[in-house]
Amino acid sequence: MEVETSTSVPAAAVTNTGKNLSGVAWTGGSLVGSLNPVNHGFRTADGKGGYIINNTHKRYKRTRRDADGNVIDENDIQDDDIPGNVVVQFRDREGETVGEAMDVPTSAGTDELGTLIRSLLNEDDEDHSTNKAHIPYAFFAKIERITKTTNPSTGEPVVKTHTDEIDITDFNSLKAFLKEYYKQISTEQTLELTYQPLALFKVRPVTRCTDTLPGHTEAILHVSYSPDGKHLASGGGDATVRFWDVNTSTPRHTCKGHKDHVLSTSWSPDGKRFASGDKRGFLILWEPTKGESSGSIKAHSKWITGMAWDPMHRNNGKCERLVTSSKDGLAKIWNVRTKRCEATLAGHTDSIESVKWGGEGLIYTASRDRTIKVWNAEEGDGKGRVGLLVRTLVGHGHRVNTLAVSCDYICRTGPFDHYGKIADLEVRDRDSDEWREAAYKAAVAKYNAFKGSGEHERLISGSDDFTLMLWHPTENKRPIKRLTGHQQAVNHLAFSPDSRFFASASFDKKIKLWNGRSGDFVTTMTGHVGAVYQVAWSSDARFLVSASKDSTAKLWEVPSGRKAKETLPGHADEVYALDWSPNGASVATGSKDRTIKIWKH
Amino acid sequence: MPQHEHMERHRKLHGRRFDAEERERKRDARMVHKRSEFAQKVHGIRAKLYNQRRFKEKATMRKTIAQHNERSNKHANDDAVADGAVPAYLLDREGVSRAKVLSNTVKQKRKEKAGKWEVPIPKVKPVADDEMFKVQRTGSKKNKAWKRVVTKCTFVGDNFTRKAPKYERFIRPSGLRMKRANVTHPELKTSFQLDILGVKKNPSSSLYTNLGVLTKGTIIEVNVSDLGLVTTSGRVAWGKMAQVTNNPELDGCVNAVLLV
Repeated sequence: MEVETSTSVPAAAVTNTGKNLSGVAWTGGSLVGSLNPVNHGFRTADGKGGYIINNTHKRYKRTRRDADGNVIDENDIQDDDIPGNVVVQFRDREGETVGEAMDVPTSAGTDELGTLIRSLLNEDDEDHSTNKAHIPYAFFAKIERITKTTNPSTGEPVVKTHTDEIDITDFNSLKAFLKEYYKQISTEQTLELTYQPLALFKVRPVTRCTDTLPGHTEAILHVSYSPDGKHLASGGGDATVRFWDVNTSTPRHTCKGHKDHVLSTSWSPDGKRFASGDKRGFLILWEPTKGESSGSIKAHSKWITGMAWDPMHRNNGKCERLVTSSKDGLAKIWNVRTKRCEATLAGHTDSIESVKWGGEGLIYTASRDRTIKVWNAEEGDGKGRVGLLVRTLVGHGHRVNTLAVSCDYICRTGPFDHYGKIADLEVRDRDSDEWREAAYKAAVAKYNAFKGSGEHERLISGSDDFTLMLWHPTENKRPIKRLTGHQQAVNHLAFSPDSRFFASASFDKKIKLWNGRSGDFVTTMTGHVGAVYQVAWSSDARFLVSASKDSTAKLWEVPSGRKAKETLPGHADEVYALDWSPNGASVATGSKDRTIKIWKH
Repeated sequence: MPQHEHMERHRKLHGRRFDAEERERKRDARMVHKRSEFAQKVHGIRAKLYNQRRFKEKATMRKTIAQHNERSNKHANDDAVADGAVPAYLLDREGVSRAKVLSNTVKQKRKEKAGKWEVPIPKVKPVADDEMFKVQRTGSKKNKAWKRVVTKCTFVGDNFTRKAPKYERFIRPSGLRMKRANVTHPELKTSFQLDILGVKKNPSSSLYTNLGVLTKGTIIEVNVSDLGLVTTSGRVAWGKMAQVTNNPELDGCVNAVLLV
């Protein structure tokens, strides 16, 4: 039994302040209301942003009536119940305050708040020449929810407080947001808003099929763009790996070497190597430019379920190490240059379904034995040897299908930006040491900019028990949150490139969107009529595509889209594979009907 | 023990008996029975020794047969790639039907335009009018004979109301009306009981089509929304064509096969 109560705001008080305040708004050019002496009379703009404590006011027991004398329901809040202004304190992701607390009209939307933030930040930063004047921002507000439950064994009431982060970008204005959460947020106290810059570039949504690439003679199981978005590779049930020319949509190389279905493929972060694993446990490395095999390894006794490369910012730009996971319950770290197995990660008692190489020198494996294991991937002072089991994350009630790490996208694209280029790079020759050093520096800079300071690495796991779990695997073996809502097994998870959201695809035909930091539920995307197999994000985190059993892919707008923005029909059978080019230009889908389709704006 | 090949020598000199081959064949044929008789009779240490010897003989025999069959044996082709590739996330999932349940409405529409159907039962025996209809005599003296009763099963829509007796030329008996059909999906090899939506074509006559007569070979439209079939544009298909495969008036039910 759960009863949700909250800090209550006396409705009459809200109405009064609303009426008094209606004259005070947006005086002159200055948005900063604290300069306005009128405001100090009835507001505490202490600038420290004291958090909302339980309100001591008592709720007035009287019925309100409207002009016609009808009784107004107290819970039914009207627009004019929200005051015209509210005191806002901005904070950045690290929790540092930016500017003073200020009075902001509640009619302001995200755009106006963004302008405000830009003006605040540009005061410190003299550099007006850059694009900073156009950076869009997202804003989050923290609300406290109090849950009262009774302890089932003792019968004593248990009061739990948990903080939720609400993305106010979903709302048109602050007013709409305050109206929605008027029970949780007092307009009489400082509203704390955390801001986060969004991608400066915009990816155009894909709408039409520009090319159909035939060639595979069996179902296509995996398509992936190279980290710079210049190559496309696919692996299929006909035991071939094919490389395609992205510009002309023509086949470039057909690589034969596997003797069974190619189940998983992966590009190295520097884009120089491509690995593919098949159903007989063979791992083959390819040179994408030549289309030749550079070595074949019998890696596992059963099929290879997943693979992940060493992220570039951790390896001095070498990109030589690869981890493969298999049905036989083992994961192995390979040095692809020497073709030697550096470590065998043994410990799971059943098939490993997914493997991820995190950005902090750890490897995560999810298994059918209901556990996730965290392994050490690097040697160093106090870390122990490579392949040491760091901790086991226990919590799921059924097999764990999929994993997603917050830095997945950053690690995947390595040093490349959203144009597929490396910043400040003059060297053209990719094999030279200068190129490697410059790429390494770019990758490190990119990762550090993404990580900021004091951010945890976050791991999400999706399971057959219909739930997802949020972990901070670098320090804690207990889950942070258990996310429920799906009605069937969760098949795929993907963090948005800025890790603000993550999306989960499930066999219940729905995609759910969650807050990337707190794990709060954001929205459900409905529209598919078959199980959803895969999801992929655009590089600016504003769009999502999903591939489904119902032979279509669908495009969704984030975070507002509950219905699909576009349906991408055309495949004659289930869509198994999906990828959005890191440069945002195109989406590739691979289907059971043996074709790859390219979708563009 | 023969000291020489005197048997062969004798055969060379004098030839064999005329029925030698026949006697040999008979002896061989009798041999198995004799062996069996002995094997059943024998017991004790003799049985043990006999069985050991016989086991060895049989093992040698099997090996010899295998050697002889070596050339014609079928070998597993190690290089062949199995059909039905599925991604790693679908491998080893119980309860997930991998059968292909896809419609191709485009093809179906094209066929519809051409007015031709490539159907499981391409040719049916035409049903003549006098087999299809029974004359109902009307009037107080029963001297009028313009009314007809349909003798076959029919599909009648939900919103059908009978006309006034004066204008009702064709009577479709309610006992022979069918609402559901047992439809087989040819690829899934399963059958479902589905609602009939309408009669698309009765091959015998357009009149029968209009009357909704269900005879063998009739194309009907059935409601497949429960099957979860999906069109290429990702919508759930709900009406699909099926062909009647039995004589409903003889069986009391409609059996049909789905046209995919």
